[in-house]
Amino acid sequence: MTGEQARAAIAERYPAATVDASALERRSLGEGGPVTVTVPVDSWVEFAHFAKTTLGCRFFSFLSAVDWKDEGLEVVVKVDNVDTGLSLLMKTRLGPGVSACPSLTMLYRGADWMERECYDMFGIRFDGHPDLRRILLGDDWVGHPLLKSYAVDTPHPPYR
Amino acid sequence: MTTANAGRVELDYAGSERLTMNMGPQHPSAHGVFRAILTLEGETVVGIDAVIGYLHRCHEKLAETLTYAQYPSIASKTDYVAAMTSEFAYVRAAETIGTIEVPKRAEYLRVIAAELQRVASHLLWLGTWCLDMGGALGGGATIFLYCIRERELILDLFESLVGARLLYGFYQVGGVRYDLPAGWADQCRTTVDLIEQRIGEYERMLEDNPFFMVRTQGVGVISRELAQELGIGGPLLRGSGVHHDLRRADGYSSYRDFEFAVPVETSGDCFARYRVRMVEFRQALRIVRQALDRLPDGPISSRPGLKSVAQVRIPKGEAYARIEGARGEVGCYLISDGSAKPYRMKWRGASFSNLAVLPHIIPGHKVADVVAIMGSVDPVFGEVDR
Repeated sequence: MTGEQARAAIAERYPAATVDASALERRSLGEGGPVTVTVPVDSWVEFAHFAKTTLGCRFFSFLSAVDWKDEGLEVVVKVDNVDTGLSLLMKTRLGPGVSACPSLTMLYRGADWMERECYDMFGIRFDGHPDLRRILLGDDWVGHPLLKSYAVDTPHPPYR
Repeated sequence: MTTANAGRVELDYAGSERLTMNMGPQHPSAHGVFRAILTLEGETVVGIDAVIGYLHRCHEKLAETLTYAQYPSIASKTDYVAAMTSEFAYVRAAETIGTIEVPKRAEYLRVIAAELQRVASHLLWLGTWCLDMGGALGGGATIFLYCIRERELILDLFESLVGARLLYGFYQVGGVRYDLPAGWADQCRTTVDLIEQRIGEYERMLEDNPFFMVRTQGVGVISRELAQELGIGGPLLRGSGVHHDLRRADGYSSYRDFEFAVPVETSGDCFARYRVRMVEFRQALRIVRQALDRLPDGPISSRPGLKSVAQVRIPKGEAYARIEGARGEVGCYLISDGSAKPYRMKWRGASFSNLAVLPHIIPGHKVADVVAIMGSVDPVFGEVDR
């Protein structure tokens, strides 16, 4: 399935999703730009299921988030179909002040560590994650460093 | 710790009791700092909790504070065993957003550096992995010392190219920083020929050794489905029967100009991963030879020299650039707000995804196999923890 077909399939099944065409135009640099889709957080898991089964994106590349300050957090996931070369960048906006998102661990086992890292760095609670705890920072760390409100020079407790 | 546990096993073990054992954080086979909390029944591992983060420096926050001219040389500190590919991913992400053209000669030099780096990285992997399996290979450190000897030759080449042996700062947005010094190409050809010949020697030493075969064949099998769902990459993915190499799939930089084969093995065990890497050695050397033969003349960077580090500006936008590193997909998801520094940078470390496979494949194996499996995954903890 090409990027064009994928966009058509997404538009047909999920009219509420917005497909960004600009990312596709970057193919001129010789690299297949991913199809970028923003879906409402309510249909996050359902859309991921559609991506995995219908679009064949079984390869879990990464999961992360972006802090858009007043506009709230955005969760970003990239999945690939390695047989056809389709790349899908799926995003969802959690909304201002919200830090809860449904977990994708039931669909992709790779989401386990990635969601733990995302929780560690952004404080996003992934509902349905079997073992949501910090992964890179110590258990007693205060705060979530990749939030824009977390200053680079935040003092931290002395080394134990 | 180990001595105390060993005592407990003899006193208390009655065939059903479970024992918790720490492996690491300073275990020699960890290739860095990694702690595996193993739950054992006798010699068999029944559970593993992987503890990582000892090398965490929060590169993603750091990148938000450094300009597009400053960060590439810091990027090399993520995967310090294959520093060239980390820089490559970052500059490509910035170039994709800014649609910055890169001169042909620079693209060729990038490929030469990246492929030599792959060979150097695989040499370190082979040496340390065989050292981990030690005594069974009749002498332990033999292969390790041979591999380190050959890796030195590549580091010598890098030293004469950029002046550094481990962390380079060779790639920059718009091209590369250094052109080849006089006589470098000839020295590189000699080294490539020598390494190719030596790789054949290692293969014979290892594959004629029944202990090596027993310890790697059928050990640590990763299924095709698990490999994809976890997003593991590189030799692990191709060792599990998935034909996916970003150099072929994306043809980024100048990879479309060169002929090379993508090795795929279907058994998914430690031996399959070993075989994939052994073929990759030769294919990487093949690419280096082709690039040296056809190296075009011209500039090595598309933009003039900088008067200040904040001078490289990238327009507003976002991009994901991925590179086939020695350990798989090294990705950089970059969001620019039009200033001299990125708004957000997500680093997709290949080793992070690769290491996540351990809890899925280790249970059921003996403790000694943990070392063989971990070595075959080839994690670099600078890249896991970032």
